[in-house]
Amino acid sequence: MSTATTTMTMRDRFISTASTLLDEDPRLAVVLADISASGFEDAAAAHPDRVVNVGIREQLLIGATGGLALTGLRPIAHTFGSFLVERPFEQVKLDLGHQGVGAVLVSALGSYDWPAGGRTHMSPGDVALLDTLPGWTVHVPGHVDEAELLLRDAAASDGLVYVRLSLQTNAAARPVTPGRFLTVCEGRGGPVVVAVGPVLDDVLAAVEGLDATVLYASTIRPFDTVALRAALADRASADVVLVEPYLAGTSTPFVAEALSDRPHRVFALGVSREELRHYGTMEQHIAAHGLDARSLRARIATWSGR
Amino acid sequence: MTLTTAEAVTFHDLSGLMSRMTGAEKHGPAASSTLDALWVLYDRVLRVGPLSVEAADRDRFLLSKGHGPMAYYAVLAAKGFIDPFVLETFGRYDSPLGHHPDRTLVPGVEIGSGSLGHGLPLGVGTALGLRAQGLLDPAVWVLIGDAELDEGSNHEALAYAGSTGLDRLHAVVVDNQSATHGWPGGIASRFTANGWSAVTVDGRDHDALYEAYTQPHQGRPHAVVAVVEPKN
Repeated sequence: MSTATTTMTMRDRFISTASTLLDEDPRLAVVLADISASGFEDAAAAHPDRVVNVGIREQLLIGATGGLALTGLRPIAHTFGSFLVERPFEQVKLDLGHQGVGAVLVSALGSYDWPAGGRTHMSPGDVALLDTLPGWTVHVPGHVDEAELLLRDAAASDGLVYVRLSLQTNAAARPVTPGRFLTVCEGRGGPVVVAVGPVLDDVLAAVEGLDATVLYASTIRPFDTVALRAALADRASADVVLVEPYLAGTSTPFVAEALSDRPHRVFALGVSREELRHYGTMEQHIAAHGLDARSLRARIATWSGR
Repeated sequence: MTLTTAEAVTFHDLSGLMSRMTGAEKHGPAASSTLDALWVLYDRVLRVGPLSVEAADRDRFLLSKGHGPMAYYAVLAAKGFIDPFVLETFGRYDSPLGHHPDRTLVPGVEIGSGSLGHGLPLGVGTALGLRAQGLLDPAVWVLIGDAELDEGSNHEALAYAGSTGLDRLHAVVVDNQSATHGWPGGIASRFTANGWSAVTVDGRDHDALYEAYTQPHQGRPHAVVAVVEPKN
């Protein structure tokens, strides 16, 4: 398993990138609920009306974000995933999409980044929740450089975009295009594995010798149906493995829809629905969910019969 | 009743406009609890009209209490935002006029509402967004109900707006005493304790409403509690 080897986390890069964008784009605003507010102190001093910290008020975080968007600004709201998507979910549903406005939501901590903090600071269901709403783009960068690229793309667009930042990271950035899967390696007989964001390095280690094709998704919504179908085009059978750093099976319906015209099998790996009720480290939690390279290899090899 | 834009519309025409939605001659206090507060706002205070619904410097009115929007639609029709004939489609599948408003379907409707407690946070963001673009003149008005004030999201917005002196934000609380547990100490005190200017008036007295709406409140957001007949 690879962990952060650089000193700068994706969250640090979000702060520096958003601060730069505030200088460049008068349409941009950042809305905070205390989390990361100290990182934005300089930006707030430079742009006091466009860096808003509402305090520990997450319903207001999203409501105010919707109001800013109604006036024509491009707001970026940020806090931990638990408090950005799960706690104010009705605000996400009604104050953004239902009002017909766009916004960028940038989360930190993901599913298991601070396990010592326990269940209250884990949001494995964030992407699944957003899947109940229309129109959301979901970026899951696997490296700080990808995070910056995807943040810049999100800020420059008009729609509803969720950027899911994590402390888990791949060793190197990939040449990703926002909205597209990237073919990282091509096999012939093995399964097609869709690796989402920071699980890529572990997936690549796990499938070595399995003759698998690995598609790397730093954007998981919209789901790149074209890339998946193309990867399976010359195969007699359609075996798809999903490896997602959030609730297992979140993307299974999208695979089923993409392959509705041909028989297929899906093996969906990700964070388990059951609470672990353990503290410890991120590495321990990744292993507990069976997402470390060794576990992934055993599970994928067994499932694919290779 | 006939109504053309050439005729001067008065408050007394609103009942006829509401009848086009309900088919009834008269309307109970619940359906019309907001009628006077809305009329005085649109007739004498808000700087927005059918031709300025997209203008960046328009005043914004956000109906947070999306329930019972007939009075709102009647006022919008009286002021030329909605063709009065459309009122007769109220609630139908293809109508732009639902039992809760949808901003994407009706010109001049600033927010879609219905779920309680969303207007004031949206109003905070709207006031912040206008200020960030140098639009310091437009006022933001949010109408909520006394029972709607139960929703905690209001209190997040109320506390933040008061603490930060968001003085282009205005709240109208139509108080028909329908909150299940009431507001001991009065509704206005919730606002003043958080740094707002607040005044309580007779919600049927047009001159009193106008005076309350236009009261100076420099450096502080302003709340008007408009008291009407009890719902029950």
